[in-house]
Amino acid sequence: MASRLHEIQHQSVTIEAPLPLDSGHRLPSVTIAWQSYGALNADRSNAVLVCHALTGDQYVASDHPATGKPGWWARMVGPGKPIDTDRFHVVCANVLGSCMGSSGPATPDPATGAPLGMAFPVITIADMVRAQAMLLDHLGIERLHAVVGGSMGGMQALAWAAAYPERLAAAIVIASAARHSAQNIAFHEVGRQAIMADPDWQDGQYYGSARAPTKGLAVARMAAHITYLSEAGLTEKFGRRLQARDIKSFGFDADFQVESYLRHQGLAFTDRFDANAYLYITRAMDYFDLAEPHDGRLAGAFARARDVRFTLVSFDTDWLYPTAESRRIVQALQSVGAAASFVELSAPFGHDSFLLDVPALDRIVAGALGTGR
Amino acid sequence: MALRPDLAIIADAVPSGARVLDIGCGDGELMVALGAKGVDARGLEIDPANVTAAIARGQSVVQGDANRDLADYPDNAFDYAILSQTLQTTERPDRVVDELLRIAPRAFVSFPNFAHWRVRLALLWNGRMPVTRLLPVAWYETPNIHHVTVSDFRDLVRAKQIGVERAWHLSGDKPTSDAAASWRAEHAIFLIARG
Repeated sequence: MASRLHEIQHQSVTIEAPLPLDSGHRLPSVTIAWQSYGALNADRSNAVLVCHALTGDQYVASDHPATGKPGWWARMVGPGKPIDTDRFHVVCANVLGSCMGSSGPATPDPATGAPLGMAFPVITIADMVRAQAMLLDHLGIERLHAVVGGSMGGMQALAWAAAYPERLAAAIVIASAARHSAQNIAFHEVGRQAIMADPDWQDGQYYGSARAPTKGLAVARMAAHITYLSEAGLTEKFGRRLQARDIKSFGFDADFQVESYLRHQGLAFTDRFDANAYLYITRAMDYFDLAEPHDGRLAGAFARARDVRFTLVSFDTDWLYPTAESRRIVQALQSVGAAASFVELSAPFGHDSFLLDVPALDRIVAGALGTGR
Repeated sequence: MALRPDLAIIADAVPSGARVLDIGCGDGELMVALGAKGVDARGLEIDPANVTAAIARGQSVVQGDANRDLADYPDNAFDYAILSQTLQTTERPDRVVDELLRIAPRAFVSFPNFAHWRVRLALLWNGRMPVTRLLPVAWYETPNIHHVTVSDFRDLVRAKQIGVERAWHLSGDKPTSDAAASWRAEHAIFLIARG
């Protein structure tokens, strides 16, 4: 599967400048794949950067080239949508380390031409943001009207405000966190171990072989998918209902609908995602702690971001990045005097609520972009 | 739509360029009026639907509870704190007043006067908790858990050695004198300052 994924052509640019990484390594050059929507205005003041989540991509509002499905945030981004492409020039870049055209573990080693695999350096959220800033430099966009993101996208929006406060007017951070908790790291480690325990992983050098760790990647996706949903949501959708049968099989087939659903989710994921990219990006999220460079004081990260307008949204059924974490961020913002908005919205879909039909979220995003009513 | 009379008075009294926290800001109505005159207004509001409406209007509003979340604001973060029609709903109004004057040197506090003559009469004649235009909800479901009168508030600020820079008393939409306020004011607005 991985080989087919890497045959897709993406719009991208290779910037021949070194990208210094938090790890101390540097990439000699960096390739960034991106999509844009809506026209950049004459004074280049209407750019909105949308940052995608762990398994997202740059196809925020256009059909996915591998699956043919609509863009992952097509309900939010487009003409007349809350992020209105009739007014804003929306840019979305595939994050560093991912598998949709940007530099990552599938990138060829310039010396040998073979994919780097695990020789690709470990990257961080701040590194992703540095790469995005290089892309914006390339596109001639000095300052952003807003950076918007949910989940890991929200982490990038926070990291943008910490690293380049002078380059953005507003940050919209949805269902996100300023650091990964022990529980967050624990779930990611289950996923990574599932991938690395798959004999087809081959220490990450599976690209040229006929075998790819699709089983491990599917299990990783299954475990993660559970964390994106609420217990009530799962119960409502599946309960204890059996899948295409009237009685239990007394075997290990997918008896329950929820099992069948998860297996399908896991398998479908392997058509559109690369196992090594999953390792690298989950690692970047686990390393994320915005307060760490400031002696553990989150407010220190926002000391230069007083003039950025922040909007944070959490969901009452999201146990992955719960409301308490958003509140902690708001407290840090208030302590430095930054303009912050925050609301906990009620929605039944758990963490995934930020991707789904929550009309109040649409109103908030439009309002935070200055186009609300 | 015209602002509620107590909000119109506050909007008029806040100087442009001031930094203001509107506590219990509702859907941001007063913040919009303040913003129009160049005031940097932030809001705190407990009801998520109101917070959503205020953010949709472009206001900076945090969902939170005045009983707890004022503690998150640093000392002197604002020039003015505004607490309109909310004091009587808080768990400890005295502590909330202390918090207002910690986060800002001055605060506007407005509340319905429980000693207005209609309230007094209703209690005297009916022997029941009054339901009036400004106190429209029955005792068991009212959010007003600490009914307060103009005289009570004057006593509280005196005991705390808090200064009163100005006071407005309203009967309907019309001002009434300080002297008659205890009986005649439906509504009181105090501009208090650290003593």
